[in-house]
Amino acid sequence: MDFGFNQEQELLRATARKFLENECPSEFVRQRMAEPAGVTDEFWAKLAEQGWLGLIYPEQYGGTGLGFVDLTVLMEEMGRAVMPGPFFSTVLLGGLAILEAGSEAQKKEWLGRISEGRAKATLAFTEPNARWDAGAVTVTARESAGKFTLSGTKLFVLDAHVADVVVVAARTREGKRPEEGLSLFLVPKGASGLDVKLLPTMDQTRKLCEVTFTEVIVGADALLGPKDGAWAPLSRVLDRATVALCAEMCGGAQRVLDMTTDYAKIRIAFGKPIGSYQGVKHRAADMLVEVENAKSLTYYAAWAVDENVPEAPLAASMAKAYVSDAFRRTAGAGIQLHGGIGFTWEHDLHLYFKRAKSSEFTFGDASYHRERVAQLINL
Amino acid sequence: VDFTLTSDQQAFRERVRSWLEANVPAEWKALGSTEVPRPEAYEFLRRWQGKLHEGGFIGVTWPREYGGQGLTFVEEMILHEEMALQKAPPMLNILGVGMAGPTIIAHGTEEQKQRYPARILSCEEIWCQGYSEPNSGSDLASLQTRAVKDGDHYVINGQKVWTSLAHLADWMMLLARTDPDAPKHKGITYFLLDMHVPGVTVKPLKQLTGDAEFNEVFFDNVRVHERQVLGGVDNGWAVGLTTLMYERLALGFGLQVRLRIALESLLDMARRVEKTGRVVTSDPVMRQKLAQLWIDTEALKYTGARAITKLLRGELPGPEASTGKMGWVETHQRLQELAMDIEGPYSQLTRGSDRAIDGGVWQYGFLRSRANSIEGGTTEIQKNIIGERVLGLPKG
Repeated sequence: MDFGFNQEQELLRATARKFLENECPSEFVRQRMAEPAGVTDEFWAKLAEQGWLGLIYPEQYGGTGLGFVDLTVLMEEMGRAVMPGPFFSTVLLGGLAILEAGSEAQKKEWLGRISEGRAKATLAFTEPNARWDAGAVTVTARESAGKFTLSGTKLFVLDAHVADVVVVAARTREGKRPEEGLSLFLVPKGASGLDVKLLPTMDQTRKLCEVTFTEVIVGADALLGPKDGAWAPLSRVLDRATVALCAEMCGGAQRVLDMTTDYAKIRIAFGKPIGSYQGVKHRAADMLVEVENAKSLTYYAAWAVDENVPEAPLAASMAKAYVSDAFRRTAGAGIQLHGGIGFTWEHDLHLYFKRAKSSEFTFGDASYHRERVAQLINL
Repeated sequence: VDFTLTSDQQAFRERVRSWLEANVPAEWKALGSTEVPRPEAYEFLRRWQGKLHEGGFIGVTWPREYGGQGLTFVEEMILHEEMALQKAPPMLNILGVGMAGPTIIAHGTEEQKQRYPARILSCEEIWCQGYSEPNSGSDLASLQTRAVKDGDHYVINGQKVWTSLAHLADWMMLLARTDPDAPKHKGITYFLLDMHVPGVTVKPLKQLTGDAEFNEVFFDNVRVHERQVLGGVDNGWAVGLTTLMYERLALGFGLQVRLRIALESLLDMARRVEKTGRVVTSDPVMRQKLAQLWIDTEALKYTGARAITKLLRGELPGPEASTGKMGWVETHQRLQELAMDIEGPYSQLTRGSDRAIDGGVWQYGFLRSRANSIEGGTTEIQKNIIGERVLGLPKG
């Protein structure tokens, strides 16, 4: 048993931090917030160069073949930098769905391109019903003459406006249970009947879209994985993406704690640094406890999904429930302890506060995951 | 990050499991919610610890030459996990095992190390901790109990308070002031005090639970030989801090176990008890609260595992090690409050009522849990320590 990171992982962390401090400072994040794309070609090419876009894909598909725990380190650093852009949607949603469900040919075709930075992808799962379980999916895919016709609306789809391919979860059959009859399809950018609308969002570092399918026709080769049997791979993708998001959130929360303690050491009030007052000190200690526990559950979940142990879904839900609350509270406390300066647009705290809020509701909020935990522990 | 056990560790787990299956008394399993030894169970718990010792399941990380097993914290963690799963009874000599023993092994003379640790493990000698005084609680270094040199002895005068288990104890970890002129942290000495010598008076204090598990202890010209000094004269503050470090670490395992046992018992009660016309586990709000407790309990476990990893690698514990006590307190008090919430009006009934749920054990646990945020360093002091030593914030 070893519940810490190894030397290679610490090296990866140091490299990632340096890279992001240079390439993704606050000014860069703010420029991307103001633009629809959320990313530049130059930055994307650098991510490819770092090997990050293919980090967790096996080498035979053009990736680096590292594990999920390695990815956790990277996600923490990206969260620390509130990195904008379609990394998450491409690598952990679209790409991971292709890895989990795709045929050899599909994996070869897409994962290599993703790893090299030549393709972006996303997953269209959620709909206006705002559910995260299998019951979310009402978009239909009708089969006829060897082709599928997709109809319906997806909502809260990350980065669909820049994706070269959208992995769509659709219902090919009405089953007894919502988990039955789901299938995944690869729908390329520009497909006839595919409409992508960028939505104005509170967290401008995350671009969300509404994606409408009006009789979008795709061939049988667009089917990703078994027809009617997509829930198993899809739920693995969602659990993994959830854990990766938790790691990103931990990195953000740690950054808020660092900013806040640094400030509490230098900001003078009543002749003393505010960090010497227990009202401030104790709240900072509360933040630390939550951030450390958030990391513990996240690291455990990362190990669990990497090893695919039976308790992996439970571990993922425990982490997301805890981290959702912890990041939101930490970011809120960070603003409070900074006082007025923390409420300004100029200060970076609001980037974390808003990222905490968007992350809280991505892949299910704390209430959703607590209920899932309750079910998984047989309550 | 890897939770895989070696085959030796797996074998250890199986050995612990089968031993506990054979040895945890059935009547104890049925109760399972108390985390503190209660007076009526003292004799039973003394025998239980003796049995654990014979099985080789106490002092797992202590060196073999002092009665331990010479294993690592991984085995210690496995042991505690298994004890939680089987709802094993708590350890009576918890202060000896968790604090006195490790401190003596760290700072003692060879003679002291031969004399004390083994008898702590076997529960032949029970220990208490003489730190707090009526005017020195959170500000421990201001303690006033005096130790004055007289030949090869010291003469102790003063008073300790909130001394758990002093009424049972054979020995005390005593902090007393040997140099009143030195700065307050410098003039303190750590003594190993025989509780049976003349001049030691123990007066039980009745707590709000109605039990008297802690005491006032008075010293009236108590003579202690200088060979009973641990870790050097006037060096007691440093030695005492070691004890506190072990308290947080070793008791941490125990606390984690008691929390898990209480949680399992709570879930079990929630499945049986009805409130407002439906069983508690079918109420969505209660499900949320129960799940949160589960998650928080797991978080404490994994935060503990991160601290252990650092120790195993020979590194100093990081920020994660400091958070355990605070996190445990908050979670345990919330658990006990939820137990009352689940019971509703029945929460008013205590032991002695045949209408009381689970024989009234939860009422005791609920009341006892109020001490958690005070004993072993108040939550406010823990937050100062985290703020100053971990986050580097300036002292007030």
